[in-house]
Amino acid sequence: MGELRLYALQRLTALVMIPLILVHLVLIVYAVQGGLTADAILARTRGSVAWALFYGLFVVAAAIHAPIGLRNVLREWTGLARRPIDRAMLAFGAILLALGLRAVAAVVGGGA
Amino acid sequence: MAGATLEVRIWRGGDEGAFCTYEVPARANQTVLDVVTEVQRGFEPSLAYRFSCRVGVCGTCAMTVNGTPRWTCRTHVKRVAADGRLTIEPLRNMKRVKDLTCDMDAFFDKWTRVGVFEGTATRHDPPAAVEPGTPERQAVDAAVQCINCAVCHAACDVVAWDQEYLGPAALNRAWTLVNDVRVADRRGVTLRAMGAGGCHACHSHGACMEHCPVGLSPTASIAGLKRTALGVLLKGR
Repeated sequence: MGELRLYALQRLTALVMIPLILVHLVLIVYAVQGGLTADAILARTRGSVAWALFYGLFVVAAAIHAPIGLRNVLREWTGLARRPIDRAMLAFGAILLALGLRAVAAVVGGGA
Repeated sequence: MAGATLEVRIWRGGDEGAFCTYEVPARANQTVLDVVTEVQRGFEPSLAYRFSCRVGVCGTCAMTVNGTPRWTCRTHVKRVAADGRLTIEPLRNMKRVKDLTCDMDAFFDKWTRVGVFEGTATRHDPPAAVEPGTPERQAVDAAVQCINCAVCHAACDVVAWDQEYLGPAALNRAWTLVNDVRVADRRGVTLRAMGAGGCHACHSHGACMEHCPVGLSPTASIAGLKRTALGVLLKGR
């Protein structure tokens, strides 16, 4: 069941991320085209529960999705044993999650 | 054709070895297996290769011909060697034994690891009545004509990358068992087919389908296994 769960989780998180990525890209274009300053962006995001949920979900999905895919790549392209790869990928996912959530906290949290 | 020759490079040795080149008479109707046989009879009596039926029924004579896995008995030279050059090697993804033969144990072990036919009926029971029009039986019919030639196994990149991967032939076989109403433990086959090295490792490249001499699609069978596996996850069945 392990492989099946990971396979399903990878697809599920991909489904979750598709709309999030689209919104994220549009947002980047909007911010750049509009010439918004960092302060102007932070003024919009600070204290916003909606943006916290949006990017929080994005970070969680990415932290699940990326290590599963990288695990397959490492299995196929390196001769490494399965267990060290699995451990490294758990750590990789944890790092992605920590860095991502820290960034979300910085953008939506109060004055940092 | 008279006087024309083919330049034939043939692998000699096991995993360690080298190509030897032979000049073989070109003939109007000539399969790659004919060429290998002519080399063995005329130039190299110690050349090792396998064949049996010579007519595309047994699946014994598969080799790598100009980089592509093929049944040599069903491959005309003129179809693959327009410039008169042939390079013949054993199938990929298996240990080479000698010259053009490889050790197929790992291939057949994977085949049986995923499941063999074990029914519920005994010889005293009447033959099972299997309705041919059901979706299950049609899925079996679409996949069951495999003759274990290992061409798909040699064509598959995931097999080359991942020693544990069961491969297209074994998973195609698993799909026929999963859909066979006479099989006693269909759930067990499904669980083995979706375990480590199972259907989820497939990238759907389609090399197996592209090269299968019988025209089967192990890719479709593996996709079917993935769907069935999701059913196991969602419904617990």
